[in-house]
Amino acid sequence: MFKSLAPPEYLATIDQVKCIRCKRCIQNCGWSVYSWGGDKVLIDTSKCVKCLRCYHYCPEEAIQILDNPVKFKNNAYWGYNNIRNLKRQAETGGIPLTGMGSDLPYPILFDNLLIDACQVTNPSIDPLREPMELRTYLGKKPASVEFEKGKDGKLKLKTKMPPQIKINLPLIFSPMSYGSISLNAQKVLAIAAKECGILMNTGEGGLHEDLLPYRDSIIVQVASGRFGVNPDYLNAGVAVEIKIGQGAKPGIGGHLPGEKIPLEVARTRMIPVGTDAISPAPQHDIYSIEDLKQLIYAIKEATDYKPVSVKIAAVHNVAAIASGIVRAGADIIYLDGFRGGTGAAPSIIRDHLGIPIEHAIAAVDDRLRQEGIRNEASIIAAGGIRSSADAAKAIALGADAVAIATAALTTMGCTICGKCYTGNCSWGITTQRPELTARLDPEIFAERLINLVHAWEHELKEILGALGINAVDSLRGNRERLRGVGLDTQTLDILGVKPAGR
Amino acid sequence: MLQIDAKGMYYRELNQKVRSAIANGEKEITLKNVNGQYYIGDGLRGNAAITVEGVPGNDLAAFMDGPTLTIKSNAQDNIANTMNAGKIVIHGNAGDVLGYGMRGGTLHILGDVGYRVGIHMKGLKRQSPTIIVGGTAGDFFGEYMAGGILILLGLNEKDPRPIVGDYLGTGMHGGAIYIRGEVDKNLCGAEVGILEPDEDDLKTLRQYLGDYCKDFKLDIEDIMKKGFKKLLPISLRPYGNLYAY
Ligand code: SF4
Ligand code: SF4
Repeated sequence: MFKSLAPPEYLATIDQVKCIRCKRCIQNCGWSVYSWGGDKVLIDTSKCVKCLRCYHYCPEEAIQILDNPVKFKNNAYWGYNNIRNLKRQAETGGIPLTGMGSDLPYPILFDNLLIDACQVTNPSIDPLREPMELRTYLGKKPASVEFEKGKDGKLKLKTKMPPQIKINLPLIFSPMSYGSISLNAQKVLAIAAKECGILMNTGEGGLHEDLLPYRDSIIVQVASGRFGVNPDYLNAGVAVEIKIGQGAKPGIGGHLPGEKIPLEVARTRMIPVGTDAISPAPQHDIYSIEDLKQLIYAIKEATDYKPVSVKIAAVHNVAAIASGIVRAGADIIYLDGFRGGTGAAPSIIRDHLGIPIEHAIAAVDDRLRQEGIRNEASIIAAGGIRSSADAAKAIALGADAVAIATAALTTMGCTICGKCYTGNCSWGITTQRPELTARLDPEIFAERLINLVHAWEHELKEILGALGINAVDSLRGNRERLRGVGLDTQTLDILGVKPAGR
Repeated sequence: MLQIDAKGMYYRELNQKVRSAIANGEKEITLKNVNGQYYIGDGLRGNAAITVEGVPGNDLAAFMDGPTLTIKSNAQDNIANTMNAGKIVIHGNAGDVLGYGMRGGTLHILGDVGYRVGIHMKGLKRQSPTIIVGGTAGDFFGEYMAGGILILLGLNEKDPRPIVGDYLGTGMHGGAIYIRGEVDKNLCGAEVGILEPDEDDLKTLRQYLGDYCKDFKLDIEDIMKKGFKKLLPISLRPYGNLYAY
């Protein structure tokens, strides 16, 4: 048998002169690239995924992870992954899996949109010294409000407000299940969400009891596999989310490989240890908007009318689907663009299905406005939000808030190596191996995630200040304050954005 | 014992009444003139006994966690959706997608059931959901089953239809299905193995069927006269080889 015909992507190299034989690289690599050879560290570079854990823990800067110069001849058409997947398929007959969002060079619309700023004729605002409102309420808003005079002569709200979820800034953490990520990673998200006054989302793996203290900052999810769903679970958080689809794998279901199902995860999900946890693409009780409505109200009945969110992948017909979802009674609609991350997805699906989130936000916001139902649900936009600028642009296009996952994981050490599906994450994030998850101290890493959220908060305030706006509500759907560069007329038309210079 | 006349009542009001009665400690409730109201018993906890007269609507006992529901007639779709505990006894036929993601408790149906019954059922040691169907079942019986027990009896010997439809146990990776009589291998999903029940299985069957027979005043010996087949998943990872890493 010859070795795999797909040459390794990276060369893990150790400078033998600098190396002091401390063996930390051996301990740290989750992929078992290194082993001890008696007098030096041996390297099996074919397993290296360039997660850079070893590099960070080498005290002597002896490690370098290089792109393998012999991988395949550079070719702008036949890329490395393309050829490698062919070889893999020839060797196994299987579907190549991948993790994280698509890295293919599709146009990035966020990078072709620029935000306006005030000059001379309209004053900007100094956010450091003037009040700046980022607080956001998620949920249905009444079409109009009525007031009445109270006994004390003061005006008060007469209209009964539907339930609202208050978040301190228009940012939440995207759903990531216990199983796809470690419990410690979920705890980092929960601690940070509570501290920052925002939300985390359990994903579809149930709610581990360790997260109960954070329940006021948690959305619980119900997906086709119904893992861990019972009345306590439905009532545990501030809202319930029905997961229909995910941006990284629209139209296909969840798949948690058996490697990531040890006893604890199996117990939370109520399935056998080591089996593959499968959430098929269709929820077999939902074949229509009417069926969705039935499940939304089954959940509302079971939770005394908590807000229900419906998460879908951004697909071609997203606007019409979103309209149906809103009419079915959803309080929140969660749109996940094709760049969205995943713990495991077939690369062929991740890289070729769905549409960018920027288009989806604009299309859905337009459609709901045209139909006069934009107030009926909040829009959360996700799927590749990399910075507060992306967040501001998403909000200007029409989102009420954005959700981040990959960006949050980078604060825990993730280098976006894309190998989450193996269950070997050296950073202890997308793994259930106890020796790896123990590395992720929830308190310490929550601190870093809180820093990130606060930094984005400041940046968002700076952006609003530059726009001369003192509340994020005034940015929402305010596409007049965006301009496109290098975009064709039709794209500009879909986005509802003028070209720069107009 | 409380009676609620559901005639012309919207489901929200009806269920609100039931919930507040139970909150006030009511243990026995009869719902009269029920006519398709959704979500009866949805998310209910405790140990009340509720009798339904008339045909209840979809999502009966969704997420239910404890009570006992007795339905004197037929019932519709999505019964026992993600139910956690409790019991439902249906003295008639029931529709599609029963016991979806069911995690515990018991569903007894005297008559026939539709498609996708017992799909995604879960189980964990002592918490094992059970569905027993007296008549026949449609396609996708026990699809994606991960735990619990499904028993299909086909008691109406004059019924010329096959006892179960196609795609039986497709994607099954846990739990067990017992079918009275013979099972056509061609109907089964690729993940399913057909076995002869052993002593322990027969004991299990007698235990579950004893309770079932009591609910419908049937004779367990009549039922046990005919043999059973047991269906188990042949692999914990039916799709383990589908992917390249
Ligand atoms: S720790 Fe990461 S970068 Fe280092 S050898 Fe292992 S896989 Fe490669
Ligand atoms: S979570 Fe871990 S495995 Fe996944 S991309 Fe980040 S570093 Fe790699």
